[in-house]
Amino acid sequence: MDIKLIVNGKTVSVNVEADEMLLTTLRNQGFFSMRRGCDTLNCGLCTVWLDGDTILSCSYPTFRAAGHEITTLEGLAEEASLLADCLAAEGADQCGYCTTGMMMSAMALRRKNPNPTDEEIKEFLVGNLCRCTGYESHLRGIRRYLGEVQK
Amino acid sequence: MNTPKQRQHVGKSYKKVDAATILSGRAAYTEDLIPPHALVIKILRSPHAMAKILDIDLKSALRLPGVEAIYTYKDVPQVRFTLAGQSFPEPSAYDTLILDQYVRYVGDGVAIVVAVDEKTALQAMQMIRVTYDVMEPVLDIHTALDHPTVVHPEEDLHYNMPVGGDPKRNLACSYSRVTGDIEGELAKCDYVVAGTYFDQATSQSAMETFRTFCNIDQFGRLVCTSSTQIPFHARRHIARALQIPAAKVRVIKPRIGGGFGSKQTACTELYCAFVTWTLKKPAVLIYDRHEANNCSTSRHAREWQIRLGATKDGIIQVIDMVAISDAGAYGTHAFTTFTAGEHKSVPLYNKGKAVRYESNIVYTNHMAGGAFRGYGATEALWPLECAVTKLAKKMGMDEIELRLKNLINVGETSLVYAPDEVLESGLLKEAIARAKEMARWDERPHSWQIDDTHRGGLGIALAFQGSGVANVDTASVEIKLQDDGYYTLYTGSTDMGTGSNTVLMQMACEVLGCPMEHMTCYEADTDVVPFDPGSYASSTTYVTGTAAKLAAEDLRAKLIRTFAKYMEVSESDIEFDGIMAHTKDGKQTMTTQELAPKLMVSFGHEAEQLVGFATWGSHTSPPPFMVGIAEVSVDTETGQVTPLDYYAVVDCGTVVNPALAKVQAEGGIVQGIGMALTEDIRYSPKGRLETNNFMTYKIPTRLDMGRLHVDFVESHEPTGAFGVKSIGEVVINTSCPAIQGAILNACGAELTTLPMNSEKVFQALMAKE
Repeated sequence: MDIKLIVNGKTVSVNVEADEMLLTTLRNQGFFSMRRGCDTLNCGLCTVWLDGDTILSCSYPTFRAAGHEITTLEGLAEEASLLADCLAAEGADQCGYCTTGMMMSAMALRRKNPNPTDEEIKEFLVGNLCRCTGYESHLRGIRRYLGEVQK
Repeated sequence: MNTPKQRQHVGKSYKKVDAATILSGRAAYTEDLIPPHALVIKILRSPHAMAKILDIDLKSALRLPGVEAIYTYKDVPQVRFTLAGQSFPEPSAYDTLILDQYVRYVGDGVAIVVAVDEKTALQAMQMIRVTYDVMEPVLDIHTALDHPTVVHPEEDLHYNMPVGGDPKRNLACSYSRVTGDIEGELAKCDYVVAGTYFDQATSQSAMETFRTFCNIDQFGRLVCTSSTQIPFHARRHIARALQIPAAKVRVIKPRIGGGFGSKQTACTELYCAFVTWTLKKPAVLIYDRHEANNCSTSRHAREWQIRLGATKDGIIQVIDMVAISDAGAYGTHAFTTFTAGEHKSVPLYNKGKAVRYESNIVYTNHMAGGAFRGYGATEALWPLECAVTKLAKKMGMDEIELRLKNLINVGETSLVYAPDEVLESGLLKEAIARAKEMARWDERPHSWQIDDTHRGGLGIALAFQGSGVANVDTASVEIKLQDDGYYTLYTGSTDMGTGSNTVLMQMACEVLGCPMEHMTCYEADTDVVPFDPGSYASSTTYVTGTAAKLAAEDLRAKLIRTFAKYMEVSESDIEFDGIMAHTKDGKQTMTTQELAPKLMVSFGHEAEQLVGFATWGSHTSPPPFMVGIAEVSVDTETGQVTPLDYYAVVDCGTVVNPALAKVQAEGGIVQGIGMALTEDIRYSPKGRLETNNFMTYKIPTRLDMGRLHVDFVESHEPTGAFGVKSIGEVVINTSCPAIQGAILNACGAELTTLPMNSEKVFQALMAKE
C-alpha cells in the first residue's frame, strides 16, 4: 500500500506491505540509527519517537504510523551530537550498537523531566539494554548532557 | 622516551576515534553496508538433538518463485575444519563441515536456502521435507563418556596436535597436570575443604547478532564482510571449507556491535561464503536473536570437584581441581578454554606443594562451547575463589587475610608456570588494600540485618587473566607517512567497541610526538593490513599495542634520517615533534607536510615512502590482576539477591585511556553479575534450548546491577609497551565468587551452582535450617 510518513519533519511517500514494521521502512529509507537487537521487545535498539513518545519501531506496523510525526536520531542532529559527545567523553559508547536507541530514550526523558534523579534515569531507560558498558557510564554521560543543556 | 608525567597521549582519556560516527546513525555496521540486490540466506535447522539425515526432499521448495538455490550436505565440500579462531597449529578438532549428514544439536544446520528476499526464503524453508533417523541424544556430561550414541562417529575427524581426545568415546579432549603428591600433602594438612561447584553455559549476547555479506570483486575473488573478531582466521577457515586458496578470499570487518568472544568463532561466514562463491552473486545472512542464542557458541559448562588443603599456619598446601566440561556438539575452543584457566587461577596462591588441574571435556548434543570473555579463567576462578572463602571460614580467618598470606609476589613462580616463568609485575597487595579501603572492609561487619526480611553481606574474590597467548599471539603493525604528511596506522586487530583503535593510536602518537588528529587508523581488512590474529585473549593493548609502539619507533627513526638528509645535517642534529623537524641550532625547519610530497617524486633525492613496520609477540602472558568486593542484599523470604555495591580495583599495568579502561571494568563486572545471578542456558529434556531470547535468557538491565566503584593501581609491566598489560577479560572474573561470598556472609546460604537465582538461594536457606 502507498502511504505518507512524516519523518524528521519531511513527508515521504512509501510503498509498504501490510505486515511491514516501521524499523524496516526507516532502514530502507536510509536511516540506520535504529537497529534490530531482539525478537521479543526487550532490547530497545529500535527506539524512535512517534509524536514525541518513544516507541519500538521493530514491532510498530508502518501503516499505523501514516500521518504521524516520526523522529529518528538523525532528525535530532544537534542535540544528539551534544549527547553523543557527552557519552563519548565517558567512553560510554563502546560498540555503539545499542547507544543510539538509548539516546532516543534519554532525549525523550529530558523533555518529560529535565531534572531527573539517577533512579528516574535508570527507570526510564530500563528498556534499553546494553551488553558492553555496565550502564554506569551512560548515567555519567547523561548527567553531563543534562548539565550542558541547562547551561 | 617520555616518563609517565611527561606523556602526551598515553594515560589520557581520549574519546573513541569512531565515536562521532557510530553515535550519529551513519552507516557503519555490516547490515548498513549490504550491497543492493543481495540474495537472502536462511538456514533450515534440525529439530532433533542427534540424528542422521536419511532424505531431504527439496522439490516443492525449489518450485517456489524467488528461490535461487537450496543446498544440503550433498552439495558442500567434505573437508572438515574448525570454526574456532586460533593460530597455528589450531588446537580445536577439525570436526565440522558446512553441512553434515549428522545433525548434533537442536538448531544444527540442515539446508541453506537462498532466495530473493527473506519472506520467500522463510516460505521455502517450510516446504522442505527432511527424513531423519533420530538417535538418543547425549545431554548429560556425567553419562556422555562411552554413551551408546557417538556424537562424532565420522572417521575423518582430525586433530592437529595431541589434545587427549577419543571421539569414539565422546571424549572431545582432556587435560591433566599433577605436580606434587596430592593425597600425601592433603594428609598432612590441618584443614581440608572440598566441594562440587558448577558453572553454567552462558551466552555472550552481543547486541549485534552474527551477520555476513559476501560478493565477488572485479578480480573474481570472494569478499566477505562480516561482524567478526578474527578476519585472518576466518579467511583461512573459508579457504579450507570451500577448498580454494586463501588468496582468493578477502575478509573485511566493519564496525561491530560487540563480540565478547562469540565472534572469535566463525558463524555466519561459512554459509554465506559458500553461497556467493557457488552462485557468484552477492548474498547476506543475518541471524535473528533466537539463532544467535541457539546456533553459535556459549561459555563451556563445567562441574568441578575441588579440594584445598592448608596447614595451621594458614598456607594453602594443596589445590586439587578436577572437572567434567561440556564441549557441546563441536570442539571449538574446548581444549584451550580449559587449559587457559589453569594458568590464570592457580598461580594466585603459590605457596603450596601440590596442584592437580584436570578435566575430561566431553562431546554432547548441546550447542557447542566456544570463547567467552574470561576464556576458562572465569570458570576456574569460580570454584577456586569459593573454596578459598570456605577455607577461611573453616580456619576462622578473615577471607582477605588468608588470601594475602598465600598470594604470589612479583619475582615468584608457581607450580603451574613454565620452568623459567615468574610474575614480572603487579601491585597485588596495593590493589587489595585499596579495595578494602573502598569497601570499608575493616571498619564494618561483613554480615548484617537490613530490615525484617533482608540481610546484607560482603564477599571478596581475586582474579588473574593473561595478556595475549604467550609464544603464539603475534601482531604486525604498519604506519605510513602519507603524501599529505599525515600518518595512517594499519592493524589487523579488531576493535569491537572497546576503543582499541584509539588506544593503538595513542601509543603510536606517543612515540611519534604528533597530535592524534595527525593519524588515522585502518583496521581489519585482510587485503590491506598486516597479519594479526584478531582481538581476543586480552591481546590487543599488550601485543598489538607493543607492535604499534615499535612500528612508530621504526618510522620515527626513518623520518629523522630523512630530515637529516634533506637538511644536510647529521641525525643527531635533528629534533622532531611528530609534525616539525628542526636543526638544533634552529636555522632549518621542515614539516612532515613539506617533506612527504618530496618523497613521492624522484628528483633531488631518491623517492621513498616512509613506512614504519614491526612484528611483535611475547614469550610471556603477563597477568592483569583484579580485586572485587561485592555487597549484596538477600531477601530471606524469597531468596532474591540484589547487588547493592561493587568495589573493584584493577591492575592492568599502565592505563592507556582511563575512561575506556573504566568502562571495560564496569562492563565486565556487570556481565559477571549476570552470570552470577540470572544468566543460564537451559535445555529441555529432549535437548531443545529453552533460553533463546532476552525474555528467557536474562542479561542485566540497568536496574539489576547496583552501584559500581572502580579504581586502578598501575604497575609497570616490563615486557609491554609503556608498561601495559590487559583489561578486557580479567574484569568479568570476580563477580561470581565475590557475590557467592557475599550471600554466604549475608545469610549463611552456601551456593555452589550458578546462576545463584532466588530459587537456589531459597533452597540453600532451607537446607541450612
